[in-house]
Amino acid sequence: MDFALTEDQVALRDTVRELLAAQCPPDVVRAAWPAGEPAALDGLWDALATMGVFGAAVPEEAGGLGLDETDLVPLLEEFGYAAVPLPVAETATVVAPLLAAAGDQRLPAVLSGATRVALAGADRLVPYGARADLVLVLTDTQARLVAPEPEPVLPTVDGSRALTRLSDATGELVTDDPELVSSARHRAELATSAQLVGLGRRMLDLTVEYVGQRRQFGVPIGSFQAVKHHLADALLRIEIAAPAVHAAGWALARRRPSRATDVSMAVVLASEAAQDVARAAIQCHGAIGYTVEYDLHLYAKRTWALAAGCDVDAHLDRLAGALDLKEEPA
Amino acid sequence: MELTDTPTEAAFRAEAREWLRASVPATPLPSGDTREGFARHVEWEKQLFAARWAAVSWPARYGGRDASLWEWLIFEEEYYAAGAPQRVTQNGIFLLAPTLFDFGTPAQQDLLLPRIAAAEDLWCQGWSEPEAGSDLAGITSRAVRDEAAGGWRLTGQKTWTTRGAFCTHLFGLFRTDPAAQRHRGLTYFLVPLDTPGVTVRGFGRLDGDEGFAEVFLNDVFVSDSAVLGGVNEGWRVAMATTGSERGLTLRSPGRFLSAADRLVELARSRRLSPRSRDRVVRSWINAQAYQLFTLRQVSELLAGRQPGARSSLNKLFWSELDIDLHATALDLLGPAAELDGPWSRGFLFALSGPIYAGTNEIQRNIVAERVLGLPRA
Repeated sequence: MDFALTEDQVALRDTVRELLAAQCPPDVVRAAWPAGEPAALDGLWDALATMGVFGAAVPEEAGGLGLDETDLVPLLEEFGYAAVPLPVAETATVVAPLLAAAGDQRLPAVLSGATRVALAGADRLVPYGARADLVLVLTDTQARLVAPEPEPVLPTVDGSRALTRLSDATGELVTDDPELVSSARHRAELATSAQLVGLGRRMLDLTVEYVGQRRQFGVPIGSFQAVKHHLADALLRIEIAAPAVHAAGWALARRRPSRATDVSMAVVLASEAAQDVARAAIQCHGAIGYTVEYDLHLYAKRTWALAAGCDVDAHLDRLAGALDLKEEPA
Repeated sequence: MELTDTPTEAAFRAEAREWLRASVPATPLPSGDTREGFARHVEWEKQLFAARWAAVSWPARYGGRDASLWEWLIFEEEYYAAGAPQRVTQNGIFLLAPTLFDFGTPAQQDLLLPRIAAAEDLWCQGWSEPEAGSDLAGITSRAVRDEAAGGWRLTGQKTWTTRGAFCTHLFGLFRTDPAAQRHRGLTYFLVPLDTPGVTVRGFGRLDGDEGFAEVFLNDVFVSDSAVLGGVNEGWRVAMATTGSERGLTLRSPGRFLSAADRLVELARSRRLSPRSRDRVVRSWINAQAYQLFTLRQVSELLAGRQPGARSSLNKLFWSELDIDLHATALDLLGPAAELDGPWSRGFLFALSGPIYAGTNEIQRNIVAERVLGLPRA
């Protein structure tokens, strides 16, 4: 039994963390919003490509780093922590490994960053669709790559995601190997969960810093028990979700029989934890947390956007099925 | 990263499972928090000790197996999965002994540890007083030096002492320097309850068992060897114990995993409303999540990072989880939930979790101040 990060995992995570601290500060996330300057994102994309992040979970012989889902989770948390406004998590976790497994010729261009691929979610909604050259669509049985028509950017809670809706999801078949498709779907769920853990950490860090400085009644508001208890609970939620997400990554990497339910657990815990942390963070900030000038909203809105795609009900169904629980007929 | 047993761990698990299968009483023992039940549980403890399962992580010379922390977790998992009896030696094995290992003299260790493991000495905890609960440093029970006799004279009152009416010994804090500030001037004492001047009165808890006691000490003489960890060092020594109590050693995931499995078992036997079904699933998820949280924590610990104040996170989570698991089961039982039974009794017991070992309000303060670094009031 051993559930510690290896030295290599810590080193890679720290490298990514430093890169994102420099290349993806709140200003860059803001630049991704409609009124911003999206060219500011190019440097971030190129830096991540150069570091080899897109090929992290691609075998070395296919030009990647040869890592697995266990190694990816700490990186995904960092992508969430920084609210990276590009389909980085999707590329590294879903797109590149799938193209590699399917032997798709477009892999090298994806790894180099030359081709940007977004991942379609439910209802053909495509986060970062307006910034992508191609869109990967996962159905129950197939993975297809679509060269999207120019679509309007949809008004959405998280304007940094340049969300579009695919009008035509036909594209061309990448694979209909059920194993590859189901792995890709599980990986997408893992990516969302791990980013939500990272987002939770970011919102909590911002809040801890703020309540330590903001003074009312002559003292920092962080000295009040009511505030402390909110934040202690927020930390607990994150600390409980994080190991479950990492364990889900391990279960996918090892192809454990329980992997589908492990991922479902991760989704339920992480999405609800991050949403609770968002609420606590906004509440403990007071009015400043309810502005767009302060940075907190960037991370809270990403949280809500990711959580919206989680379909917790479906995961509870999956878990109930695995536990052999029977619902009374409606 | 490896979340399955190594071959050694698997062998250990198999041995524990086999012994428990053959040894656990077929009919559950009466509650160990009653006089009759306590005696039956002590017999069980002696059986555990004879087979060297009483304190698996201890050195062999004290009756343990030198088991790793992983193996200890495995044993706990198997123990609760087997439906084995509650551990009435818990205060001695899981609360006092870690402190003895850290602060005891070799003489104290050699004398006391084997007797703890063998359930010969049965320890209760003397922390709370009528006027000092969450505010533990406010205790007023005192120990006065008796130079001529070479020891100390203890006077005061302890309360909420779990199984105090059935135990043989008490460990607790007493004020040795009344002039010192609250947290200073306290000393950790080890007191045999048959010492002249000690009066123990048991009383009923919320769950109806005589599980509580108040302990009156009136000029009780103990020798210098009754001091654990140095005179006026009691706060530091006691905090080491509460760290164990809040965290892992008091509540490993095993008991919650087993409760979650029993809950799922109960749920499978009936048609569930969507609401109940989700409740069961969520309770089960939280039990799994606590186990994974613990596995991460043990890995950190083995890498040399002590949980410290983070053990308050364990306490917050397992205490709420325990209530949730039982409340969910009662929900499924419907009208039958008011009848006496393992779930209703377990529910009443679980309600004490957020109170004992430092209330959850205090734990949240500790997490906020010492983990998150928020300013003190």
